[in-house]
Amino acid sequence: MNAPAPEPIIEIDSISKSFGDFQVLDGLSMNVMPGEKLALIGPSGSGKTTILRILMTLESIDSGHIRIDGEELYHMPKNGGAKDGGLVPASEAHLHRMRQKIGMVFQLFNLFPHKSVIDNITLAPMLTKGASRAEAETRAMELLDMVGMADKARAMPAQLSGGQKQRIAIARALALSPKIMLFDEVTSALDPELVEEVLNVMRKLAQETDTTMLLVTHEMGFAHDFADRVLFFDAGKIVEEGAPEDIFSNPREERTQGFLKKIIAAGHRV
Amino acid sequence: MIDWSGYLGLILKGALVTVELTLMGCALALVMAFIAGLGRLSRHFALRALATAYIEFFRGTSIFVQLFWAYFVLPLFGFTLTPLQAGVLALGLNVGAYGAEVVRGAVLSIGKAQYEACVALNLTRYQRMRHIILPQAFLIMLPTFCNNAIELLKATAVVSLISLSDMTFEAQVVRAQTGSTLVPFGTILILYFLMALAISRFVRTLEKRLARGLDGVRV
Ligand SMILES: Nc1ncnc2c1ncn2[C@@H]1O[C@H](COP(=O)(O)OP(=O)(O)OP(=O)(O)O)[C@@H](O)[C@H]1O
Ligand SMILES: [Mg+2]
Repeated sequence: MNAPAPEPIIEIDSISKSFGDFQVLDGLSMNVMPGEKLALIGPSGSGKTTILRILMTLESIDSGHIRIDGEELYHMPKNGGAKDGGLVPASEAHLHRMRQKIGMVFQLFNLFPHKSVIDNITLAPMLTKGASRAEAETRAMELLDMVGMADKARAMPAQLSGGQKQRIAIARALALSPKIMLFDEVTSALDPELVEEVLNVMRKLAQETDTTMLLVTHEMGFAHDFADRVLFFDAGKIVEEGAPEDIFSNPREERTQGFLKKIIAAGHRV
Repeated sequence: MIDWSGYLGLILKGALVTVELTLMGCALALVMAFIAGLGRLSRHFALRALATAYIEFFRGTSIFVQLFWAYFVLPLFGFTLTPLQAGVLALGLNVGAYGAEVVRGAVLSIGKAQYEACVALNLTRYQRMRHIILPQAFLIMLPTFCNNAIELLKATAVVSLISLSDMTFEAQVVRAQTGSTLVPFGTILILYFLMALAISRFVRTLEKRLARGLDGVRV
Protein backbone atom coordinates (compact mmCIF):
# COMPACT_ATOMS: atom_id res chain seq x y z
CA MET A 1 0.00 0.00 0.00
CA ASN A 2 1.30 3.43 -0.82
CA ALA A 3 -1.68 5.45 0.38
CA PRO A 4 -0.84 7.75 3.32
CA ALA A 5 -0.52 5.71 6.48
CA PRO A 6 -3.95 5.60 8.11
CA GLU A 7 -4.47 6.82 11.65
CA PRO A 8 -5.07 4.20 14.31
CA ILE A 9 -8.74 3.71 15.12
CA ILE A 10 -7.88 2.92 18.74
CA GLU A 11 -5.03 4.61 20.58
CA ILE A 12 -4.45 3.48 24.11
CA ASP A 13 -2.05 5.85 25.75
CA SER A 14 -0.47 4.68 29.04
CA ILE A 15 -3.66 3.77 30.85
CA SER A 16 -3.69 2.45 34.41
CA LYS A 17 -6.42 0.67 36.25
CA SER A 18 -6.62 -0.70 39.78
CA PHE A 19 -9.29 -2.61 41.59
CA GLY A 20 -8.73 -1.57 45.18
CA ASP A 21 -5.09 -2.28 45.94
CA PHE A 22 -4.68 -4.55 42.96
CA GLN A 23 -3.22 -2.86 39.90
CA VAL A 24 -4.43 -4.65 36.79
CA LEU A 25 -3.06 -2.26 34.15
CA ASP A 26 -0.01 -0.12 34.72
CA GLY A 27 0.69 2.34 31.93
CA LEU A 28 -0.50 0.17 29.06
CA SER A 29 -0.17 1.61 25.55
CA MET A 30 -1.23 0.07 22.28
CA ASN A 31 -2.68 1.06 18.91
CA VAL A 32 -5.14 -0.70 16.67
CA MET A 33 -5.45 0.13 12.99
CA PRO A 34 -8.80 0.36 11.20
CA GLY A 35 -9.99 -3.03 10.04
CA GLU A 36 -7.37 -4.86 12.05
CA LYS A 37 -8.26 -8.18 13.65
CA LEU A 38 -6.50 -8.48 16.96
CA ALA A 39 -6.31 -11.49 19.27
CA LEU A 40 -5.53 -10.89 22.94
CA ILE A 41 -4.16 -13.96 24.65
CA GLY A 42 -2.56 -14.58 27.99
CA PRO A 43 -3.00 -16.28 31.34
CA SER A 44 -6.04 -15.83 33.52
CA GLY A 45 -6.05 -12.54 35.38
CA SER A 46 -3.67 -10.81 32.98
CA GLY A 47 -6.19 -8.03 32.32
CA LYS A 48 -7.54 -9.00 28.87
CA THR A 49 -11.17 -8.68 29.83
CA THR A 50 -10.45 -5.47 31.68
CA ILE A 51 -9.06 -3.88 28.52
CA LEU A 52 -12.18 -4.73 26.53
CA ARG A 53 -14.43 -3.56 29.33
CA ILE A 54 -12.56 -0.28 29.52
CA LEU A 55 -13.01 0.22 25.78
CA MET A 56 -16.73 -0.51 26.17
CA THR A 57 -16.88 2.02 29.04
CA LEU A 58 -17.96 -0.70 31.46
CA GLU A 59 -14.96 0.14 33.64
CA SER A 60 -13.33 3.51 34.09
CA ILE A 61 -9.60 4.22 33.92
CA ASP A 62 -7.52 5.75 36.70
CA SER A 63 -5.13 7.58 34.39
CA GLY A 64 -4.05 7.79 30.77
CA HIS A 65 -5.98 8.46 27.59
CA ILE A 66 -7.88 6.47 25.03
CA ARG A 67 -8.70 7.87 21.61
CA ILE A 68 -11.22 6.26 19.32
CA ASP A 69 -11.13 7.58 15.76
CA GLY A 70 -8.92 10.39 17.03
CA GLU A 71 -11.44 11.42 19.65
CA GLU A 72 -10.92 11.16 23.40
CA LEU A 73 -13.08 8.44 24.97
CA TYR A 74 -12.96 9.31 28.65
CA HIS A 75 -12.23 13.00 28.29
CA MET A 76 -13.71 15.91 26.46
CA PRO A 77 -12.59 19.44 25.78
CA LYS A 78 -13.18 21.97 28.53
CA ASN A 79 -15.94 24.55 27.99
CA GLY A 80 -17.32 22.64 25.03
CA GLY A 81 -14.12 22.96 23.00
CA ALA A 82 -12.89 26.44 23.91
CA LYS A 83 -9.34 27.44 22.98
CA ASP A 84 -7.09 26.34 25.84
CA GLY A 85 -7.35 22.68 24.87
CA GLY A 86 -7.81 21.50 28.44
CA LEU A 87 -9.69 18.26 29.02
CA VAL A 88 -12.31 17.31 31.55
CA PRO A 89 -13.82 13.89 32.34
CA ALA A 90 -16.36 12.80 29.75
CA SER A 91 -20.04 13.44 30.41
CA GLU A 92 -22.66 10.74 30.02
CA ALA A 93 -23.68 12.39 26.74
CA HIS A 94 -20.10 12.21 25.45
CA LEU A 95 -19.81 8.54 26.41
CA HIS A 96 -23.14 7.90 24.76
CA ARG A 97 -21.88 9.38 21.51
CA MET A 98 -18.58 7.50 21.68
CA ARG A 99 -20.28 4.17 22.37
CA GLN A 100 -21.91 4.33 18.96
CA LYS A 101 -18.56 3.31 17.52
CA ILE A 102 -18.12 0.25 19.70
CA GLY A 103 -19.98 -3.00 20.22
CA MET A 104 -19.27 -5.93 22.51
CA VAL A 105 -20.15 -9.61 22.66
CA PHE A 106 -20.00 -11.20 26.10
CA GLN A 107 -18.89 -14.58 27.31
CA LEU A 108 -22.35 -15.32 28.69
CA PHE A 109 -24.30 -13.77 25.78
CA ASN A 110 -26.33 -11.41 27.98
CA LEU A 111 -29.41 -11.69 25.77
CA PHE A 112 -32.60 -10.08 27.03
CA PRO A 113 -34.61 -13.10 28.19
CA HIS A 114 -37.98 -11.36 27.99
CA LYS A 115 -37.56 -10.44 24.33
CA SER A 116 -37.76 -12.65 21.28
CA VAL A 117 -34.68 -13.14 19.14
CA ILE A 118 -35.73 -10.52 16.62
CA ASP A 119 -36.69 -8.04 19.34
CA ASN A 120 -33.30 -8.53 20.96
CA ILE A 121 -31.75 -7.43 17.70
CA THR A 122 -34.12 -4.62 16.69
CA LEU A 123 -34.40 -2.96 20.10
CA ALA A 124 -31.20 -0.91 20.09
CA PRO A 125 -31.37 0.26 16.44
CA MET A 126 -34.93 1.43 17.03
CA LEU A 127 -34.13 3.16 20.31
CA THR A 128 -30.72 4.61 19.61
CA LYS A 129 -30.71 5.16 15.86
CA GLY A 130 -34.33 5.99 15.27
CA ALA A 131 -34.76 3.11 12.84
CA SER A 132 -38.35 2.20 12.03
CA ARG A 133 -39.50 -1.27 13.01
CA ALA A 134 -39.59 -2.28 9.36
CA GLU A 135 -36.04 -1.09 8.70
CA ALA A 136 -34.74 -2.67 11.88
CA GLU A 137 -36.43 -5.98 11.11
CA THR A 138 -35.15 -6.09 7.55
CA ARG A 139 -31.63 -5.54 8.82
CA ALA A 140 -32.15 -8.05 11.64
CA MET A 141 -33.26 -10.71 9.16
CA GLU A 142 -30.14 -10.13 7.05
CA LEU A 143 -28.01 -10.54 10.14
CA LEU A 144 -29.93 -13.62 11.28
CA ASP A 145 -29.34 -15.06 7.83
CA MET A 146 -25.65 -14.33 8.14
CA VAL A 147 -25.40 -16.12 11.48
CA GLY A 148 -27.57 -18.96 10.20
CA MET A 149 -30.48 -18.33 12.54
CA ALA A 150 -33.19 -16.92 10.27
CA ASP A 151 -35.60 -19.68 11.28
CA LYS A 152 -35.37 -18.69 14.96
CA ALA A 153 -36.40 -15.05 14.61
CA ARG A 154 -39.53 -15.52 16.73
CA ALA A 155 -37.98 -17.86 19.30
CA MET A 156 -37.31 -16.80 22.87
CA PRO A 157 -33.69 -16.92 24.10
CA ALA A 158 -34.49 -19.65 26.62
CA GLN A 159 -35.36 -21.99 23.74
CA LEU A 160 -31.92 -21.70 22.19
CA SER A 161 -28.68 -23.58 22.74
CA GLY A 162 -25.62 -21.69 23.94
CA GLY A 163 -24.12 -21.58 20.48
CA GLN A 164 -27.35 -20.21 19.05
CA LYS A 165 -27.57 -17.62 21.81
CA GLN A 166 -24.07 -16.46 21.10
CA ARG A 167 -24.77 -16.14 17.38
CA ILE A 168 -27.81 -14.00 18.24
CA ALA A 169 -25.67 -11.89 20.54
CA ILE A 170 -23.22 -11.33 17.68
CA ALA A 171 -26.06 -10.34 15.35
CA ARG A 172 -27.43 -8.00 18.04
CA ALA A 173 -24.12 -6.19 18.35
CA LEU A 174 -23.69 -5.99 14.57
CA ALA A 175 -27.14 -4.46 14.14
CA LEU A 176 -25.75 -1.14 15.36
CA SER A 177 -22.94 -1.31 12.75
CA PRO A 178 -20.16 -0.40 15.17
CA LYS A 179 -16.72 0.33 13.72
CA ILE A 180 -15.13 -1.68 16.49
CA MET A 181 -16.29 -5.02 17.83
CA LEU A 182 -15.03 -6.51 21.08
CA PHE A 183 -15.34 -10.25 21.73
CA ASP A 184 -14.60 -11.54 25.21
CA GLU A 185 -14.09 -15.31 25.20
CA VAL A 186 -17.29 -15.74 23.26
CA THR A 187 -16.96 -19.52 23.06
CA SER A 188 -15.63 -20.40 26.49
CA ALA A 189 -19.06 -20.90 28.04
CA LEU A 190 -20.15 -23.26 25.28
CA ASP A 191 -20.22 -27.02 25.12
CA PRO A 192 -17.32 -28.16 22.91
CA GLU A 193 -19.59 -29.30 20.09
CA LEU A 194 -21.15 -25.82 19.87
CA VAL A 195 -17.91 -23.89 19.67
CA GLU A 196 -17.37 -24.41 15.96
CA GLU A 197 -20.69 -22.92 14.84
CA VAL A 198 -19.83 -19.67 16.62
CA LEU A 199 -16.26 -19.63 15.33
CA ASN A 200 -17.58 -20.11 11.80
CA VAL A 201 -19.72 -17.02 12.15
CA MET A 202 -16.72 -15.08 13.40
CA ARG A 203 -14.54 -16.28 10.52
CA LYS A 204 -17.18 -15.15 8.07
CA LEU A 205 -17.40 -11.83 9.84
CA ALA A 206 -13.65 -11.35 9.71
CA GLN A 207 -13.65 -12.05 5.96
CA GLU A 208 -16.73 -10.12 4.94
CA THR A 209 -16.46 -6.93 6.97
CA ASP A 210 -13.80 -4.33 7.56
CA THR A 211 -14.91 -3.89 11.14
CA THR A 212 -12.02 -3.60 13.57
CA MET A 213 -12.14 -6.56 15.92
CA LEU A 214 -10.53 -7.25 19.26
CA LEU A 215 -10.86 -10.80 20.40
CA VAL A 216 -9.96 -12.27 23.76
CA THR A 217 -9.70 -16.01 23.46
CA HIS A 218 -8.20 -19.21 24.77
CA GLU A 219 -8.81 -20.89 21.40
CA MET A 220 -5.29 -20.59 20.04
CA GLY A 221 -6.12 -22.32 16.77
CA PHE A 222 -8.84 -19.84 16.11
CA ALA A 223 -6.68 -16.88 17.14
CA HIS A 224 -4.10 -18.12 14.64
CA ASP A 225 -6.59 -18.18 11.74
CA PHE A 226 -8.56 -15.11 12.70
CA ALA A 227 -6.04 -12.52 13.77
CA ASP A 228 -3.77 -10.19 11.83
CA ARG A 229 -1.85 -9.60 15.02
CA VAL A 230 -1.64 -11.46 18.31
CA LEU A 231 -0.86 -9.76 21.63
CA PHE A 232 0.36 -11.88 24.49
CA PHE A 233 -0.47 -10.33 27.86
CA ASP A 234 0.88 -11.13 31.25
CA ALA A 235 0.20 -9.17 34.44
CA GLY A 236 -1.36 -6.28 32.52
CA LYS A 237 1.58 -5.84 30.15
CA ILE A 238 2.09 -6.76 26.53
CA VAL A 239 4.90 -9.27 26.74
CA GLU A 240 5.06 -10.04 23.06
CA GLU A 241 3.15 -9.20 19.92
CA GLY A 242 3.35 -10.10 16.29
CA ALA A 243 1.84 -12.01 13.40
CA PRO A 244 0.10 -15.20 14.51
CA GLU A 245 2.71 -17.37 12.70
CA ASP A 246 5.51 -15.77 14.71
CA ILE A 247 3.79 -15.82 18.07
CA PHE A 248 2.57 -19.37 17.79
CA SER A 249 5.50 -20.96 15.94
CA ASN A 250 8.45 -18.90 17.15
CA PRO A 251 7.60 -17.18 20.41
CA ARG A 252 10.64 -15.17 21.48
CA GLU A 253 9.74 -14.55 25.11
CA GLU A 254 10.07 -17.24 27.70
CA ARG A 255 6.72 -16.37 29.24
CA THR A 256 4.97 -16.73 25.90
CA GLN A 257 6.61 -20.09 25.36
CA GLY A 258 5.59 -21.25 28.81
CA PHE A 259 2.02 -20.10 28.32
CA LEU A 260 1.65 -21.79 24.94
CA LYS A 261 3.14 -25.01 26.29
CA LYS A 262 0.67 -25.03 29.14
CA ILE A 263 -2.24 -24.32 26.83
CA ILE A 264 -1.25 -27.18 24.52
CA ALA A 265 -0.81 -29.49 27.49
CA ALA A 266 -4.34 -28.53 28.56
CA GLY A 267 -5.59 -29.90 25.24
CA HIS A 268 -6.15 -26.74 23.23
CA ARG A 269 -5.28 -26.89 19.57
CA VAL A 270 -2.75 -24.51 18.14
CA MET B 1 -87.97 -14.23 61.89
CA ILE B 2 -85.57 -11.69 60.35
CA ASP B 3 -85.88 -10.83 56.65
CA TRP B 4 -82.23 -11.11 55.70
CA SER B 5 -82.47 -9.99 52.08
CA GLY B 6 -82.53 -6.29 52.97
CA TYR B 7 -79.61 -6.69 55.35
CA LEU B 8 -77.61 -8.68 52.85
CA GLY B 9 -78.24 -5.92 50.33
CA LEU B 10 -76.72 -3.50 52.83
CA ILE B 11 -73.63 -5.66 53.20
CA LEU B 12 -73.30 -5.98 49.45
CA LYS B 13 -73.48 -2.20 49.17
CA GLY B 14 -70.65 -2.08 51.69
CA ALA B 15 -68.78 -4.69 49.66
CA LEU B 16 -68.84 -2.33 46.69
CA VAL B 17 -67.25 0.38 48.81
CA THR B 18 -64.59 -2.10 49.92
CA VAL B 19 -63.88 -3.07 46.31
CA GLU B 20 -63.71 0.57 45.32
CA LEU B 21 -61.32 1.39 48.16
CA THR B 22 -59.16 -1.61 47.34
CA LEU B 23 -58.90 -0.82 43.65
CA MET B 24 -58.16 2.86 44.13
CA GLY B 25 -55.85 2.18 47.07
CA CYS B 26 -53.93 -0.39 45.01
CA ALA B 27 -53.64 2.03 42.11
CA LEU B 28 -52.19 4.72 44.37
CA ALA B 29 -49.98 2.19 46.16
CA LEU B 30 -48.61 0.97 42.83
CA VAL B 31 -47.77 4.48 41.68
CA MET B 32 -46.16 5.32 45.02
CA ALA B 33 -44.25 2.03 45.07
CA PHE B 34 -42.65 2.80 41.71
CA ILE B 35 -41.95 6.46 42.49
CA ALA B 36 -40.41 5.75 45.87
CA GLY B 37 -38.78 2.46 44.88
CA LEU B 38 -37.03 4.03 41.90
CA GLY B 39 -36.40 7.17 43.95
CA ARG B 40 -34.38 5.10 46.40
CA LEU B 41 -32.22 3.94 43.51
CA SER B 42 -31.72 7.42 42.12
CA ARG B 43 -28.30 8.94 41.59
CA HIS B 44 -29.55 12.13 43.25
CA PHE B 45 -29.14 12.31 46.98
CA ALA B 46 -32.23 14.49 47.49
CA LEU B 47 -34.47 12.00 45.69
CA ARG B 48 -33.03 9.10 47.64
CA ALA B 49 -33.50 10.94 50.93
CA LEU B 50 -37.07 11.89 50.09
CA ALA B 51 -37.97 8.36 49.08
CA THR B 52 -36.33 6.90 52.18
CA ALA B 53 -38.13 9.35 54.45
CA TYR B 54 -41.47 8.47 52.88
CA ILE B 55 -40.88 4.73 53.15
CA GLU B 56 -39.64 4.82 56.73
CA PHE B 57 -42.40 7.14 57.86
CA PHE B 58 -45.26 5.18 56.39
CA ARG B 59 -43.90 1.81 57.44
CA GLY B 60 -43.07 3.08 60.90
CA THR B 61 -46.47 4.51 61.83
CA SER B 62 -49.71 2.59 61.85
CA ILE B 63 -52.29 2.78 59.10
CA PHE B 64 -54.83 3.64 61.78
CA VAL B 65 -52.97 6.80 62.80
CA GLN B 66 -52.34 7.70 59.17
CA LEU B 67 -56.03 7.44 58.41
CA PHE B 68 -56.94 9.69 61.32
CA TRP B 69 -54.40 12.21 60.15
CA ALA B 70 -55.75 12.15 56.63
CA TYR B 71 -59.32 12.58 57.79
CA PHE B 72 -59.19 14.66 60.96
CA VAL B 73 -55.88 16.53 60.96
CA LEU B 74 -55.41 17.53 57.32
CA PRO B 75 -58.61 19.66 57.42
CA LEU B 76 -56.90 21.77 60.09
CA PHE B 77 -54.32 22.63 57.43
CA GLY B 78 -57.01 23.39 54.91
CA PHE B 79 -57.20 20.02 53.11
CA THR B 80 -60.61 18.54 53.59
CA LEU B 81 -61.07 15.06 52.20
CA THR B 82 -64.12 12.89 51.89
CA PRO B 83 -63.91 9.68 53.90
CA LEU B 84 -63.31 7.76 50.66
CA GLN B 85 -60.48 10.08 49.63
CA ALA B 86 -58.93 9.90 53.07
CA GLY B 87 -59.21 6.13 53.02
CA VAL B 88 -57.62 5.78 49.59
CA LEU B 89 -54.86 8.21 50.52
CA ALA B 90 -53.95 6.46 53.76
CA LEU B 91 -54.15 2.96 52.31
CA GLY B 92 -52.31 3.85 49.12
CA LEU B 93 -49.49 5.69 50.88
CA ASN B 94 -49.13 3.03 53.53
CA VAL B 95 -49.05 0.02 51.24
CA GLY B 96 -47.06 1.98 48.66
CA ALA B 97 -44.25 2.30 51.21
CA TYR B 98 -44.05 -1.48 51.47
CA GLY B 99 -44.35 -1.81 47.71
CA ALA B 100 -41.45 0.60 47.22
CA GLU B 101 -39.09 -1.85 48.90
CA VAL B 102 -40.42 -4.58 46.63
CA VAL B 103 -39.71 -2.46 43.56
CA ARG B 104 -36.23 -1.63 44.78
CA GLY B 105 -35.38 -5.23 45.62
CA ALA B 106 -36.66 -6.53 42.29
CA VAL B 107 -34.75 -3.94 40.28
CA LEU B 108 -31.56 -4.76 42.18
CA SER B 109 -32.08 -8.46 41.59
CA ILE B 110 -31.65 -8.07 37.83
CA GLY B 111 -28.09 -9.10 37.22
CA LYS B 112 -25.19 -6.89 36.19
CA ALA B 113 -25.04 -8.70 32.86
CA GLN B 114 -28.28 -7.10 31.69
CA TYR B 115 -27.03 -3.63 32.60
CA GLU B 116 -23.79 -4.25 30.75
CA ALA B 117 -25.58 -5.47 27.65
CA CYS B 118 -27.55 -2.21 27.71
CA VAL B 119 -24.38 -0.13 27.92
CA ALA B 120 -22.83 -2.10 25.07
CA LEU B 121 -25.97 -1.41 23.01
CA ASN B 122 -25.74 2.23 23.96
CA LEU B 123 -29.17 2.47 25.57
CA THR B 124 -29.73 5.45 27.84
CA ARG B 125 -30.45 4.96 31.53
CA TYR B 126 -34.11 5.60 30.91
CA GLN B 127 -34.32 3.17 27.99
CA ARG B 128 -32.50 0.56 30.01
CA MET B 129 -34.95 0.87 32.90
CA ARG B 130 -38.01 1.07 30.71
CA HIS B 131 -37.27 -1.69 28.21
CA ILE B 132 -34.93 -4.10 29.95
CA ILE B 133 -34.85 -3.83 33.72
CA LEU B 134 -38.43 -3.02 34.71
CA PRO B 135 -40.14 -5.59 32.46
CA GLN B 136 -38.01 -8.31 34.03
CA ALA B 137 -38.19 -6.87 37.54
CA PHE B 138 -41.97 -6.49 37.34
CA LEU B 139 -42.35 -10.24 37.06
CA ILE B 140 -40.34 -10.64 40.24
CA MET B 141 -42.45 -8.00 42.02
CA LEU B 142 -45.79 -9.61 41.20
CA PRO B 143 -46.04 -12.31 43.89
CA THR B 144 -45.19 -9.81 46.64
CA PHE B 145 -47.47 -7.20 45.10
CA CYS B 146 -50.20 -9.81 45.35
CA ASN B 147 -49.58 -10.13 49.09
CA ASN B 148 -49.53 -6.35 49.43
CA ALA B 149 -52.84 -6.02 47.61
CA ILE B 150 -54.44 -8.59 49.89
CA GLU B 151 -53.03 -6.78 52.90
CA LEU B 152 -54.53 -3.60 51.55
CA LEU B 153 -57.90 -5.28 51.09
CA LYS B 154 -57.88 -6.41 54.71
CA ALA B 155 -56.73 -3.00 55.89
CA THR B 156 -59.72 -1.33 54.22
CA ALA B 157 -61.75 -2.34 57.26
CA VAL B 158 -60.14 0.43 59.28
CA VAL B 159 -61.99 3.05 57.24
CA SER B 160 -65.17 2.12 59.08
CA LEU B 161 -63.59 4.09 61.91
CA ILE B 162 -64.01 7.30 59.96
CA SER B 163 -67.61 6.35 59.26
CA LEU B 164 -67.08 5.21 55.68
CA SER B 165 -69.72 2.56 55.09
CA ASP B 166 -67.54 -0.26 53.81
CA MET B 167 -68.34 -3.92 54.23
CA THR B 168 -67.15 -4.13 57.84
CA PHE B 169 -69.08 -0.98 58.73
CA GLU B 170 -72.28 -2.38 57.24
CA ALA B 171 -71.77 -5.69 59.00
CA GLN B 172 -71.64 -3.82 62.30
CA VAL B 173 -74.82 -1.95 61.40
CA VAL B 174 -76.58 -5.22 60.61
CA ARG B 175 -75.30 -6.75 63.81
CA ALA B 176 -76.61 -3.81 65.83
CA GLN B 177 -80.01 -3.92 64.16
CA THR B 178 -80.56 -7.68 64.18
CA GLY B 179 -78.60 -8.77 67.21
CA SER B 180 -77.05 -11.52 65.06
CA THR B 181 -73.29 -11.66 64.79
CA LEU B 182 -72.97 -14.92 62.94
CA VAL B 183 -74.85 -13.98 59.80
CA PRO B 184 -73.30 -10.56 59.01
CA PHE B 185 -69.80 -11.48 60.03
CA GLY B 186 -70.06 -14.91 58.44
CA THR B 187 -71.11 -13.18 55.24
CA ILE B 188 -68.26 -10.69 55.19
CA LEU B 189 -65.81 -13.42 56.12
CA ILE B 190 -66.76 -15.20 52.93
CA LEU B 191 -66.80 -11.99 50.90
CA TYR B 192 -63.34 -10.90 52.06
CA PHE B 193 -62.06 -14.35 51.29
CA LEU B 194 -63.55 -14.31 47.80
CA MET B 195 -62.09 -10.87 47.11
CA ALA B 196 -58.64 -12.01 48.23
CA LEU B 197 -59.03 -15.06 46.04
CA ALA B 198 -59.94 -12.84 43.09
CA ILE B 199 -56.81 -10.76 43.66
CA SER B 200 -54.50 -13.74 43.75
CA ARG B 201 -56.17 -15.31 40.72
CA PHE B 202 -55.79 -12.07 38.80
CA VAL B 203 -52.12 -11.67 39.70
CA ARG B 204 -51.40 -15.32 38.99
CA THR B 205 -52.92 -15.00 35.51
CA LEU B 206 -50.96 -11.83 34.85
CA GLU B 207 -47.79 -13.52 36.00
CA LYS B 208 -48.34 -16.47 33.69
CA ARG B 209 -48.98 -14.23 30.72
CA LEU B 210 -45.90 -12.13 31.33
CA ALA B 211 -43.67 -15.11 32.01
CA ARG B 212 -44.61 -16.74 28.71
CA GLY B 213 -41.52 -17.89 26.88
CA LEU B 214 -39.11 -16.91 29.63
CA ASP B 215 -38.44 -20.47 30.69
CA GLY B 216 -38.29 -21.80 27.17
CA VAL B 217 -41.23 -24.14 27.63
CA ARG B 218 -44.46 -22.21 27.38
CA VAL B 219 -44.76 -19.99 24.36
N1 LIG C 1 -14.54 -5.71 39.32
C1 LIG C 1 -13.37 -6.19 39.80
N2 LIG C 1 -13.07 -6.04 41.10
C2 LIG C 1 -11.90 -6.52 41.59
N3 LIG C 1 -10.98 -7.17 40.87
C3 LIG C 1 -11.24 -7.36 39.56
C4 LIG C 1 -12.45 -6.88 38.96
N4 LIG C 1 -12.42 -7.21 37.66
C5 LIG C 1 -11.25 -7.85 37.45
N5 LIG C 1 -10.53 -7.94 38.59
C6 LIG C 1 -9.21 -8.54 38.73
O1 LIG C 1 -8.38 -7.99 37.75
C7 LIG C 1 -7.53 -8.97 37.22
C8 LIG C 1 -7.63 -8.99 35.71
O2 LIG C 1 -8.91 -9.44 35.38
P1 LIG C 1 -9.38 -9.74 33.91
O3 LIG C 1 -10.78 -10.22 34.02
O4 LIG C 1 -9.14 -8.56 33.06
O5 LIG C 1 -8.42 -10.91 33.47
P2 LIG C 1 -8.44 -11.81 32.18
O6 LIG C 1 -7.14 -11.64 31.54
O7 LIG C 1 -9.65 -11.50 31.37
O8 LIG C 1 -8.53 -13.25 32.78
P3 LIG C 1 -9.38 -14.54 32.28
O9 LIG C 1 -8.57 -15.18 31.22
O10 LIG C 1 -9.49 -15.39 33.51
O11 LIG C 1 -10.71 -14.05 31.81
C9 LIG C 1 -7.90 -10.28 37.86
O12 LIG C 1 -6.97 -10.56 38.87
C10 LIG C 1 -9.25 -10.03 38.45
O13 LIG C 1 -9.43 -10.76 39.62
MG1 LIG D 1 -11.40 -12.55 30.92
